[in-house]
Amino acid sequence: MSTAHDDKHGEGERRHDLGHGHGEAAGPVVLSVSDRHPRVRTIQVVRPRSEDSSFLAATAKGLGITLKHFARNFFLPMRKAQARSKAGAPTDDSWRNEIETVQYPEEKVTYPERFRGLHRLMLRDDGAVRCVACMCCPTVCPAHCITIIPEESENKGIEKRPAVFEIDELRCVVCGLCVEACPCDAIRMDTGEHARPVEDRADAIETKDSMMGRGIHSIAVQGGEGPDWRGHGVE
Amino acid sequence: MLVFQILDFPAVKWLFLVLALVMPLASLLTWAERRQSAMMQDRLGPNRANIGPIRLKGILHFVADALKMIFKEDFIPANVHKGLFALAPVLALAPVLIAFAIIPFGPTIYPHAITKVLDADALAAAAAGAQGAPNLADAIRMQILSIDFGLIYYFAVLTLANYGGTIAGWASYNKWALLGGLRSSSQMMSYEVAMGMSLMPMFLAYATLEPGALVLAQGSQPWNWGVIGWGQFAASGAGAGAVPGLFGALAMMGAFVLFFTAAIAETKRAPFDIPEGEPEIIGYFVEYSGIRWGMFFLAEFIEIVFISAVIATVFFGGWQVPFLDADGFRIGGELGLTGVSGGHVFAMKHGWVVALQFLAFGGKVVLLSMLQLLIRWTLPRFRADQLMNLGWKLLLPLALVNIMVTALIKLISLSMGS
Repeated sequence: MSTAHDDKHGEGERRHDLGHGHGEAAGPVVLSVSDRHPRVRTIQVVRPRSEDSSFLAATAKGLGITLKHFARNFFLPMRKAQARSKAGAPTDDSWRNEIETVQYPEEKVTYPERFRGLHRLMLRDDGAVRCVACMCCPTVCPAHCITIIPEESENKGIEKRPAVFEIDELRCVVCGLCVEACPCDAIRMDTGEHARPVEDRADAIETKDSMMGRGIHSIAVQGGEGPDWRGHGVE
Repeated sequence: MLVFQILDFPAVKWLFLVLALVMPLASLLTWAERRQSAMMQDRLGPNRANIGPIRLKGILHFVADALKMIFKEDFIPANVHKGLFALAPVLALAPVLIAFAIIPFGPTIYPHAITKVLDADALAAAAAGAQGAPNLADAIRMQILSIDFGLIYYFAVLTLANYGGTIAGWASYNKWALLGGLRSSSQMMSYEVAMGMSLMPMFLAYATLEPGALVLAQGSQPWNWGVIGWGQFAASGAGAGAVPGLFGALAMMGAFVLFFTAAIAETKRAPFDIPEGEPEIIGYFVEYSGIRWGMFFLAEFIEIVFISAVIATVFFGGWQVPFLDADGFRIGGELGLTGVSGGHVFAMKHGWVVALQFLAFGGKVVLLSMLQLLIRWTLPRFRADQLMNLGWKLLLPLALVNIMVTALIKLISLSMGS
């Protein structure tokens, strides 16, 4: 990425140099300079007279630039292969990615750390769902896409758990408020996955089982003092 | 033999030319244009179309495109003139295919002498009917129509393609299509004048209008090809003969630039794509869809191939390979009326010579087509008034001046040589 940027920069400078070659005064004529910032200034633009501007010369120059880009990108796979065969070269080609196109199914860009993807339900140490069906997330959800039907838990210390926990991914606006609202780190959106394409609307509804399938054990201590999942309160 | 007579039949040669060179190249250009433009702009372009694991860098995109266009709904808007609406794509496509008749796409093949070396002695022996001489019967001339007015035929036939765009615009019952059709006809008529005039110096220099004879007259030495034309101007007899040769070369290069510019304008592609203006100003085929639009599209790409073929023939020696004559590679030698003779020859069999010359013509056409794509994706579009100014106030006067200058140089070189 940086390579491509540097090259474009160099091209611009060369154009600048060409302008000097025609015997123009060094630098543009500065008419006034802003007192607030020295680089904000009014300059006199020198345009070629119509007799001096030739379609032919400009065309040839433009063709040279496009041909250079074409040739460079044409021989890029070859140069990449050469560079890869050298010892100590990085295994991925990201260091010399002059073509910015990402070949999607084969290559994927890494999402930012806080990317909000598909929901998942976190698990207790015994593998049971962490959610206590407190109804905070359906209450805060602006799209009303969360459906929870609570039931009584056998564990009297937990009291409630969701019998049904469904999220309609077609209605979800991926705002992340449910994650913020959750008092016991039971729902997260940090899977890094998109909502899958489906052929039937019913298939877009994530169920408790499917979301628990993506879940992991949370380190947050539930129902007492201890570190939360963000790591706050850890001594 | 009957099989060679069938092969020499014009329709067979036309089929061969269209199926083996024109259609594959035009189809590939539809893919190559997108891929080349993408690489010029630091993108990848279409590279994913595949049949199973066969991907070929996306070349199969043109198959996918063709299938898509064929199977799309053939939509005809209400109120269109149905007959003319159907006729317009044919009128755009047919003239280009017909115009290929004059292009000499290969040397004359002597099918019985493919394993022989055709040097001057062998030809003389064959002419005398001597024993053991190569059999030159059943010659196949790789040019469909060999007529004296050769390139005039090209101008006349391609003018008909003008009707395709204009009628498409008129028959579509759409104001914007009509305006596009008018832009198309005004542009094509303006540039046809400059195009014809810019080729005149070639006719003066080589004293022929027939493309086949033009290729033979250019010979195998690159400095005698049309874009330089050294041998046509440099008087060999006089000591100062190089001076008219130098000025003649300048005039020829000028003719090449003028003709190339006008020819690109005739194909209605950027920077002269005012008639179409695909992205924003609506062109004459706005009401067309499916394979009817595909025919306009294909006609445009066949025109690119045709323009490349004409330029290769007139300016770059047609099927001539540098320094390769009928009897093999040659160093030195003099350009005469029947080609280059003398010098040191590395003999080659007739079959190999013919194969190389076919390849040379194909290669020249491909390179010139790629150059046109390069130009199309480099230059921004002209404004309508700039277009007319360029055509009438710059190209046409320059072409006229070039004719007179070339005639003068030719006259000087002739008087010096005598």
